[in-house]
Formats: sequence, structure tokens, C-alpha cells
Amino acid sequence: MESLVRFAREELGNPGLATLLDQPSFAFIQVLNSVSQGMNLFIIASGLSLIFGVLRVINFAHGAFYMFGAYILYSVAESYELGFWTGVVAAAAGLAAMSIVIERGLFRFIYDKEHLMQLLLTFAVVLILTDLAKMIWGTDQYSVSYPDGFGGAVDLGLTRYPTYRLLLIVVGPVILVGLMLFTARTRWGRLTRAATQDREMLGALGVNVPMIYTGVFILGSALAGIGGALAAPFNSPTPGMDATIIVDCFVIVIVGGLGSIVGSFIGALIYGFVFNFGSVIVPNWQDVFPFLILLVVLLWRPWGLFGRPEGEGA
Amino acid sequence: MESVRVMPRPVAAVCAVVVLALLVVPLLDSRYLIDLFTEIMIYALFALSLNVLIGYSGNVSFGHAAYFAIGGYTCAILLTTYEWGFAPAFAAAVIASALAAGLVAWFCVRLTDIYFAMLTLAFAMVVWGVAFKWRSVTGGDDGFVGVSVPAMLDSRIGFYYFTLAATGLSAAVLWLICHSAFGRCLVAVRENRIRAGFVGINTRLMRWWAFVVAGTFAGVAGAIFGMFHRGMYIESAFWTESATVLIMTLLGGIYSFFGPAIGAATLFVLERLTNEYTEYWPIVLGMILVGILLFLPDGLAGLARKLASYRSRGG
Repeated sequence: MESLVRFAREELGNPGLATLLDQPSFAFIQVLNSVSQGMNLFIIASGLSLIFGVLRVINFAHGAFYMFGAYILYSVAESYELGFWTGVVAAAAGLAAMSIVIERGLFRFIYDKEHLMQLLLTFAVVLILTDLAKMIWGTDQYSVSYPDGFGGAVDLGLTRYPTYRLLLIVVGPVILVGLMLFTARTRWGRLTRAATQDREMLGALGVNVPMIYTGVFILGSALAGIGGALAAPFNSPTPGMDATIIVDCFVIVIVGGLGSIVGSFIGALIYGFVFNFGSVIVPNWQDVFPFLILLVVLLWRPWGLFGRPEGEGA
Repeated sequence: MESVRVMPRPVAAVCAVVVLALLVVPLLDSRYLIDLFTEIMIYALFALSLNVLIGYSGNVSFGHAAYFAIGGYTCAILLTTYEWGFAPAFAAAVIASALAAGLVAWFCVRLTDIYFAMLTLAFAMVVWGVAFKWRSVTGGDDGFVGVSVPAMLDSRIGFYYFTLAATGLSAAVLWLICHSAFGRCLVAVRENRIRAGFVGINTRLMRWWAFVVAGTFAGVAGAIFGMFHRGMYIESAFWTESATVLIMTLLGGIYSFFGPAIGAATLFVLERLTNEYTEYWPIVLGMILVGILLFLPDGLAGLARKLASYRSRGG
């Protein structure tokens, strides 16, 4: 180990790698950072993946939904001082309401159109929503304080770690299990899966398919809202936060496999590890690594790690 | 006559009128108009180049800004940091865009549809990341400013005529490419890839070439853009820029050669006009986009065609 550390520091000239190898606590913190960032991204990306699975639409506006979640949390928790958790609920409810309008008013008309049209329509929603956010909240960067009881740090033996980030590490798997139980065990979940398989058949069997579409869109959008609200304390709500998160989410859902919830979970973890360890080992270039992963996955398994190939290839 | 065969007479007539009109713009002696039209021509070329990929070969690229940025940055950096002459720098910029497009296309043509779009997006974000983080060369998020433009292009009018010549020539070359046997093959690939393959077209190779042509001319547009603004900024490589040029192309109409140029001009003028009244241009753009998608799927060119056929039937 000693010689490895020296090799990293002197031969490779990489102090970051050397510290990782040398100090277990530092490496442990990086692991926790990776997981907590990954879990926050998972909450958002799972919504995107869920929507794609049923509606077959890649929703560019998902990032804007996330931004609205963060802003709504700020308004409810900080401006009106109604408490952090009320803010999270309000963000989910607000996004659910917005998504009904958007799905019924716009998306409904383009399900049978080309993918290009769908992508651009969701992009139109991005343009409208980001400007609306600017009208409502301006261009300031808001700071949001941690919820009561989660502002401190917990002693984990090797190191102390912020309680709030540990909370995220717990929330992520809870949402994963919740979504899996929902799709596997409930009637709605079964109908949702049926809609991904054959929407016409489902309609012929007397199921209200448009209703399922709306329901899934609400659920997916609410997840973006919750993700944004939970991110607000460490990711201050500000204009432009939507444009970066959406490409991160694309990376995650495509790496994991479009439409696969487990895939989004694994994809988000991969993203977290690549980003955090990347920033230690090759500082400054962490923003590029996730895209390199995406390139590799798209070339090797375009349908993603947990997805299924569909149709014929090129 | 040769020209009749290359271009239908009405189209040629409209082109001649447009070129003549553009030639006299500087006589109006308005700095505002000269700058406006310079920029419109740049974006028109950018949109025309994208349409080779979208309209002709049916591949939606969500990362076309990458080649625009590569052309722009290469030209700007070679002119300024390395003090190259204009001709070699410009040529090198176009070649750099073509090579980058060739490399990326080699990967992308393996995929189709949404996966193709996502892969182009991923490559474009890598280009953006490099422009952002390679601060010593590109200036990072401060942008690469103070491009030393050659003396002959220093005057506003001189640059205008240079832009007109360069974009006009590029558009002419693109027209020839799109209306050659190669262009017909691309349309065949767009309409039905499998059948095109059956009749012996190497569909991957055709799509690769379409990508390279599109990237090359985006590089031309980018190189002119960098010199015009005396700088390049990372926003030019961000995915939102790719989306903007996609909207321009779609607004004009992807099933028409000149549609995207019309779309670029329309969108650009609309942006200028809107900005005089409100800072909320994106919301206007979003609503325009919704309008096109729901009511004008073939764009302005499609609308014009529909009106023309309606009138000829009525009269």
C-alpha cells in the first residue's frame, strides 16, 4: 500500500489518487458523497425513466420540473416559513398539478408523432417554464436551510458525515422499493406495465389508457419535484439548474436502460461514483466523465445496462 | 441551359432576388441592419447544414452546435494565439469540424432514432466540457475573446460581403450536394432504410457522409461567427444552442432545401423584435414552437407550398 501511495504521488504525480489510497476516511467520504449524490439523481431520473417507459416521450422539461420543485420548496419553507417537509409535499403536489395541465393540454396531441416532434415539444415546455420561473422567482440564488434535526453530522466511526446526506442515502432505496412494489404488486402498476407492452390491446380490454398516461406522468413529474425539493439545501435554487440536471438525467436513464427503474438506480450510482472519484483523481474534468460513460454504454449496449433492445438496429 | 437543369427556374429567380437584395443592404448605411443580416446569414448556413442530416437523411442530431463551436474555436485560436493567416486558419477550422464530425459520425451511424440523437448530444457535451475546462487554450467560461481578425475583414462592410460570399457559396455547394445522386440516396435512406439497403445503398456510409457534410458546413458557419463576434463562448457548444438551430430548421421546414434558412431568418428577426419589448424571449419562442408543432408540422415552407397549391386550385 505504502509503495502504491508513493507510486501514485511521485510516478503518476496524482496527489488526489494518493490521498484516496492513503486515507481510508477520505475514500469513505467519497463513497458516501457518491451514493448520496447518486440517490438524489435517482429520485429525479426514475421519474424520467418511468414517463419514457409508458409514454415513450423523452421529456426535456423534466429538468424544469426539478427546478420548480426546488423553487417551490424555497417559497414554502423559507418565504412562508411553513417548514421543510411541508415544502417537499408542496413541491410534489405543485408538480403534480402542473403536469396534469401539460399532459392534457400538450403532450396528449403528440403521442403518435415522430420522436423529433416530441422532443421539440418538450423543449418548448422547457422554454416556457424556465421563463415562468424567472418571472416568479427572479434570477437570484436562494439559500435553503437544512430541515430541523438534519443540520448536523453523525459519527460513523471512520469519519463524521452530514446527517442530511445520510438521509438521502436512505430515501433513495426507499423510493426504489416503493416504485418496484407499485409496478409489481398494485393494480395500477400492472396496468402501467401493460400500457408499456401494448396500449391498443389494453384499450380494447376496456381500460382507460389516457388516464394511465396522465397518472404515470403525474407520478414521474412529482418525483422530479421531490428530487428538486430535497436537493435545494445543497443545490441552491437558481436559473439554469434545469439545463444541467436534465443532461445528467439523460446519462443516467440511458446508461441504466430507458424505462427501467432498477436501471436508473444503478445508472445513478455509477454517475455518482464516476463524478466524485473523477473529481478527486482528475480534478476539473469530472463534468466530462459521465458523458464518456454514456458514449461507452451507447456504443456497447445502446439499450442500456437493464434495458431491452427494441426493433431492428441500424 | 445548364442553370435550368441544376435549379428550377422559379427557385433560381427567388435566389437571384435574395442575393441582389443582400448585395445592396450595405448601401442603406445602417450598422444595425448590416450586423443583423451578417448574423442571419451565419445562422441560415448553420441551419441549412443541419438540414442535410435531418431533412435529407432523417437523422435528428441534438448536438449540432458541437461542430459550429469546433469551427469557431479553431479559427479564433489559430488566428489569435498562433497568429496564422486568415486562409490557413479558416481552412483548418473547416477541416477540424469535418474531422470531428467524421469521427463522431463513425460511432453515431451505428444507432438510429432517439439513441442517435442522444449519442450526438453526448459527444456535443464532451466538446462543451473541453471548451469549458481547457481554460488555457479556450478561455473556459470567460470565453475566448479578442480574436485578431485579418485587416481586410476589419471593416463592417468588408465583413458583410465576406459573409455573403462565404455563406452563398456554401449554400450553393449544399444545394448541389443535396440535389445530386447522393442527395437522392439520402432521401431514400430517410424514407425507408431497410428498402434502401435492399436496393444496394450502403445506408451507414450514406448517413456517415450526410453527417460529415452537415458538420463541415456548421464549421464554416462557426468560423465566420467567431470572427464576427471577435470571440467564442462556451454557450455556443451547449445543448441549448443545438436545440435553437433545430428549432430554426423545423420552423422553416425540413422537407425543403431553403426552408431552414427562412426559419433562421424568421427566428432571428423575431428574437430581435421581441427583445425590444420584453426580456422574456424564451417564453415567446416556446409558444412559437408549440404552434409550429401542433399546427404547422411542415414549417413555413410547407405552409407557403400549401397556400400556393390552394391558390392555383382556386384560380
